[in-house]
Amino acid sequence: MAFLALDTANDAKPHNGNDMNPDDNPEKASVSPSDVREAPSDEEKVLTHRDFSRMSRRELLKLSPLVVLGAFAIPRVQEKLLEKGVALSDWASGEFFSKSRLARTFKDSDVVPFEKFPYNGYDILDPEVDLDSWTLTVEGLVRNPGEFELPKIQTLPKIVQNTRHVCVEGWDAIGNFGGARVSDFLKFIGADTTARFVEVECADDYYESLDMASMLQPQSLMCYEMYGKPLDRGHGAPLRLQMPTKLGYKQAKYLTTFRVTNVLKSDRKGYWEDQGYSWHGGL
Amino acid sequence: MAAKSALDLKTVSILSEHRTDIAAYEHPWVVRMAHWANAASLFVMVTTGLRIYKAFPSFGAKIPQHDFINIPKWLTLGGWLGGALQWHFTFAWIFVVTGLTYVIYQIVSGNYRQVLFTLRDVSGVWPMARHYFFFGKKPEVTEPYNPLQKLAYTSSIFFGILATLTGFVLYKPAQLWWLAYPMGGYHLTRVWHFLAMCGFLSFIPGHLIMVALHGWNNFYSMLVGWKKGPEYI
Repeated sequence: MAFLALDTANDAKPHNGNDMNPDDNPEKASVSPSDVREAPSDEEKVLTHRDFSRMSRRELLKLSPLVVLGAFAIPRVQEKLLEKGVALSDWASGEFFSKSRLARTFKDSDVVPFEKFPYNGYDILDPEVDLDSWTLTVEGLVRNPGEFELPKIQTLPKIVQNTRHVCVEGWDAIGNFGGARVSDFLKFIGADTTARFVEVECADDYYESLDMASMLQPQSLMCYEMYGKPLDRGHGAPLRLQMPTKLGYKQAKYLTTFRVTNVLKSDRKGYWEDQGYSWHGGL
Repeated sequence: MAAKSALDLKTVSILSEHRTDIAAYEHPWVVRMAHWANAASLFVMVTTGLRIYKAFPSFGAKIPQHDFINIPKWLTLGGWLGGALQWHFTFAWIFVVTGLTYVIYQIVSGNYRQVLFTLRDVSGVWPMARHYFFFGKKPEVTEPYNPLQKLAYTSSIFFGILATLTGFVLYKPAQLWWLAYPMGGYHLTRVWHFLAMCGFLSFIPGHLIMVALHGWNNFYSMLVGWKKGPEYI
């Protein structure tokens, strides 16, 4: 009904400026002040100025729920609210993640040359790991804890994949990575895969913690090769995590300790997470 | 005869000794709530988005890095990348919930007819633009929103959808790789996300200037819903 009225009103009135005679337009005429005074419609209310102001104020008060947003301006509350917001996003990320969903893999021709695959680290690029005496310390909810040498990890089936590495800063690069599946390694060390987390520590004092579901995703690697060569020092020699379903900061380099656990210390969730990055960091 | 606008807006007459004013209920409560919640969340999304972009202000490769634009820090919110991400991922929820509420309400209530840009609005765009930008004659006002406004408000819905979809792809490229396809892949999605913001930014200054030019009565209507003496009645 209203729609029709609008159409006819539009058709009847060319956009010809302000010189319209109000009589040409029945709608316009119908609401001229004199008409309204003589014949107020049944549907239309007639109010005094005071009543109208009161009604307006009531409508204004109905917007009061928006004051809640103002809490974001209060420094102490703000921090808590943002923590909640990020926690909500992390929760949604975890729920949305499926370990059977694979990240895209790419043709060899899509891989960037090795020199164009960025080095990135929070502090130093070479923590001077003694590669000859290096072992990975395995702890926590596992049947076979202890020290694991690299050749032992290399006995597990080797996976080579071209996947996209995404940095939280916004850049990305497709690289070629080789290593053992984390899931195979977890089996190898007799880990309780119903445990919730894996914590890792690194030779450069970096540390991370990751959800078990992401670790079990078949593209998550204990990576010891890039571009067919042993991992170089800048990229995390001798062993790093390589996970196309995680942001770069979750893929810790220079691994020294691998711990399966159900409990995370609230102030030691990850080097960047403890400063405010999202913990899930899932892609 | 009932005093009605063409859109069946609720109206009242305000009596005083010398004159009678008409007021129309232009902005229902949901629309006003959505408008202000969206104004806040859009402000946060843009300023923190710029801070996030500042961490890698390029659309190319990391090596060699060619910066596209240097965003001054005072335009940004969040302090550092991690802080900006916290704001961004908190207000993203508010942005999406607000947008969905608004769109669903507009459709269900039929109120969308006020603002939806349709084919019959096309012919009115140029006369309005000529009036605004080239001092042309002011076209007849027949409804709450003129064709140019409708175009702006309708395209902002489109920018909102684009910003949301591209945002999801950037957030979850491994899970939503299929959604990255129509955007030209993950890498280009960042460009689309940026362009969605540019869309909003192209609209906001004009919007604010118009609000300033049209004065208190018009501004107040977005707070209380009622507009006194609307031109189209």
